[in-house]
Amino acid sequence: MKPQETQKPAANSVLDQRKRQVVTKGDALFDIACETKSVAGSVSQRACVFCGSRVVLYPLADALHLVHGPIGCASYTWDIRGALSSGPQLHRMSFSTDLSEMDIILGGEKQLYRCLVELIDAYRPKAAFVYSTCIVGLIGDDVEAVCAQVSREKGLSVIPVFSEGFAGTKKDGYKAACDALGRLLGTGSTEGIVPHAINLLGEFNLAGETWLIKDYYRRMGVDVVATVTGDGRIDDIRRMHGAALNVVQCSGSVMHLAKRLKEQFGQPYIRVSYFGVEDTAKALYDVAEHFGDAAMMDRARALVREEVAALMPELMCIKKDLAGKRAAVYVGGSFKAFSLVRALRLLGMGTVLAGSQTGTKEDYRELEKICDPGTVIVDDTNPLELCAFLKEKGCDLLIGGVKERPIAHKLGLGFCDHNHERKKSLAGFVGMLNFAREVQATVMSPVWQFVPRPSGAAERTP
Amino acid sequence: MSAAHDTGGAPAAATQNACKACMPLGACMAYRGVEGAVPFLHGPQGCATYMRRFLIGHFREPVDIACSSFSEETAIFGGAADIHTGLANVTRAYHPAMIGIATTCLAETIGDDMTMMLHQHAEKTEEGNAPLVVAAATPSYSGTHADGFHAAVCALVNALAESGACGEAADVVCFTNLVSPADLRYLKDILADFGLSYVLLPDYSETLDRPTAGEYEKIPKGGVPIDAIRGAGSARASITFGAAFRPGQHPGTALLDKCGVPARSMGLPVGIRASDLFLRHLEELSGRATPEKHTAERGRLIDTYVDAHKYLYGRRAVVYGEEDLVVGIASFLDEIGVVPVVCASGGRSGGMAQALSGTTAMQRGGIQVLEDSDFVDIGEAAEAAKADLLIGNSRGVGLARRLDIPLVRVGMPVHDRIGAQRIQHLGYRGTQSLCDRIVNALIARDQERSEPGYMTM
Ligand code: SF4
Ligand code: SF4
Repeated sequence: MKPQETQKPAANSVLDQRKRQVVTKGDALFDIACETKSVAGSVSQRACVFCGSRVVLYPLADALHLVHGPIGCASYTWDIRGALSSGPQLHRMSFSTDLSEMDIILGGEKQLYRCLVELIDAYRPKAAFVYSTCIVGLIGDDVEAVCAQVSREKGLSVIPVFSEGFAGTKKDGYKAACDALGRLLGTGSTEGIVPHAINLLGEFNLAGETWLIKDYYRRMGVDVVATVTGDGRIDDIRRMHGAALNVVQCSGSVMHLAKRLKEQFGQPYIRVSYFGVEDTAKALYDVAEHFGDAAMMDRARALVREEVAALMPELMCIKKDLAGKRAAVYVGGSFKAFSLVRALRLLGMGTVLAGSQTGTKEDYRELEKICDPGTVIVDDTNPLELCAFLKEKGCDLLIGGVKERPIAHKLGLGFCDHNHERKKSLAGFVGMLNFAREVQATVMSPVWQFVPRPSGAAERTP
Repeated sequence: MSAAHDTGGAPAAATQNACKACMPLGACMAYRGVEGAVPFLHGPQGCATYMRRFLIGHFREPVDIACSSFSEETAIFGGAADIHTGLANVTRAYHPAMIGIATTCLAETIGDDMTMMLHQHAEKTEEGNAPLVVAAATPSYSGTHADGFHAAVCALVNALAESGACGEAADVVCFTNLVSPADLRYLKDILADFGLSYVLLPDYSETLDRPTAGEYEKIPKGGVPIDAIRGAGSARASITFGAAFRPGQHPGTALLDKCGVPARSMGLPVGIRASDLFLRHLEELSGRATPEKHTAERGRLIDTYVDAHKYLYGRRAVVYGEEDLVVGIASFLDEIGVVPVVCASGGRSGGMAQALSGTTAMQRGGIQVLEDSDFVDIGEAAEAAKADLLIGNSRGVGLARRLDIPLVRVGMPVHDRIGAQRIQHLGYRGTQSLCDRIVNALIARDQERSEPGYMTM
């Protein structure tokens, strides 16, 4: 079937106001509408500004994270991510000002002050972040002033994060988090930082991934000063401006910080991904290239050769099972979608649908470039729409977040979690093997033979 | 709130690791138990997504919650426009029979007048193709997910139940409280065995535990039919499980006030005494003796109590979660010699301590009751009480590890194991399963710790 053929049946399930947020590669004009507010009444898979900020700052393990608002916002984000710390575990606690009706009427500043003082005294953190949630924006608390007061009294940085949920999308939350981090930049000593030192940005140490990546760079002879924010520490952020280069992964979330570091300190940055063999190798080579150090490049090459050789035999075995299978990819950030499409290709698999909650026009254009013709590209989809496309396109696997899991399973499709909540390492060379194993376990499981196929759905690949 | 740290005797300010979720979540779950209904959150998108994630994690089922997607402009101009477009869009995409609205903190704070907005919406909507709309006020700062659940059930009663509705009157309306789909299925079997016609409100026994059908059902099959809720107004009696209701949120009372249906009330039927009481109600309502099948089940349960008693006597359990579940489990533990040393909830309806007062342990002064508590409070109390066992939701995993004691999972969320939908708590059979799980958790721990690790008990 030619993808251009008009009136695709699944397109009927797209709410009118959303029509421009779905396109098919090969359609005459590639012009996707994105970065918009979710349509009222649509069951969006999207989260809020607060969620974006929380996701970025969460792994800072020696900071106090206080959610200022009613209980829900904090309760739903308690320990739901797999970001590991090698030391303090304070980030795994969920702190809330748990505003009461009286606080809402009279203002929550006093309650915020009390909570901050109490928690700082109890846990002695290196810094505190105060997340404003929707209600705080509404009742007009002067969070900045309370933070400044507690900062003075307690002698540590108490930083407001302006993350009122409804004031935008998750992406605006990334920016609010970067702004909060921005207040720490340049406040520490850069003594003792070697010339070949970098910062890792946008790496969150899910299942220990930061440790793995750090180890690769160390083997190349590169030091890591700070990670933003996987296994992160406040004092490292204070001195990160002393590194020679910022290596930015998952560009959506921390790009603002990288840009700011460049403006403020002239620190250059490069964008990388640690997902998949090709992308990981490139992430290492790019750093060596940046330093223009031939010996370092040799070490990088040797490392890649060794790592790839170690995983190839099993990967090729798995590929035999997976060649020709098809996947759909719907993830939070679009950069992740690129890497997934490539990694699936390495396993011999095609991608029939690719999309994200928060991509930009540029992202989608790039995504379109690397996808096969006929691939549907969506921005901020909802369950009904997703379902319609999954049925029509016919595939074996959906890769997404927890909210998409039951959709896939009800349709008799396999599902792989590729979100911040996963507990399995998918980064680097080892991660590629883990990914391949998971895809194999998902697609090849004998249980699917018992699951009825949706009527009118394209067949599963044999 | 936490009394964890030295704040000069004053109750601590912050909530640390909450033992509750927020009100609209419970409301959405209740709406899921109405046939053809779609839950709709009036508030910002983020809340809806978090709640879906929470419910999906627990039930492992799709849970669509529509949302008015509140923006900054909404906060200034009010939510009428978003409600209108939102309801229209949901109607078009889902063709629901009913839309159940739950308000968030935000909607309540900007003072949206839901009645007026719905009235305006109805005026702008063509007659005939508009689904029924029911709304509950569920701002989180005034309660927990359990309170939200009750608020929605009461809203359904108040909006729909009518006395003298046509059709056959049901023998009994059962307000079952927050229990599992498997509990609901079992209750239905029991009611049917007594030959009683019933209305279960809500009934998510099918909607939140679907067989795989190869289809993504826009609205999952099952749920209590809307007409049955209407008809509840002419039922002969109602039975409400639970005691921890905030003022005005007792569904049995709501039905009595509105339609004059006689209301019976009891705690969750966990344990032999409470299950006996439940069956006695059913005997009275049906005029039949308890069927042999259930007497036998009761007998087997007592047999289990006897088999297990030595491993249970004097063991110390911490029970936490929804208030009514805590009360139900504590009174069951009281039957088997386990002391519920700490009974805790994030809720604060005020009913929990009162309801626990009948237990032996309470009378001996052996229970610490923690209302409005969080996991820091619970942890400290558990440690001080030298607990052997935790009974509660998955949120106690960290605590169980720290204290190195087993956790028996009940309530919600149970999002770190498969099968939360099928955990049974109620009746002889539910108690049987709880009893087995509790005693085996204790035996397993003893076995792990014993040097030789015997293969027999
Ligand atoms: S507590 Fe209120 S604002 Fe927070 S998630 Fe729940 S409804 Fe939304
Ligand atoms: S949308 Fe607002 S109230 Fe809801 S979870 Fe996000 S910050 Fe909290």
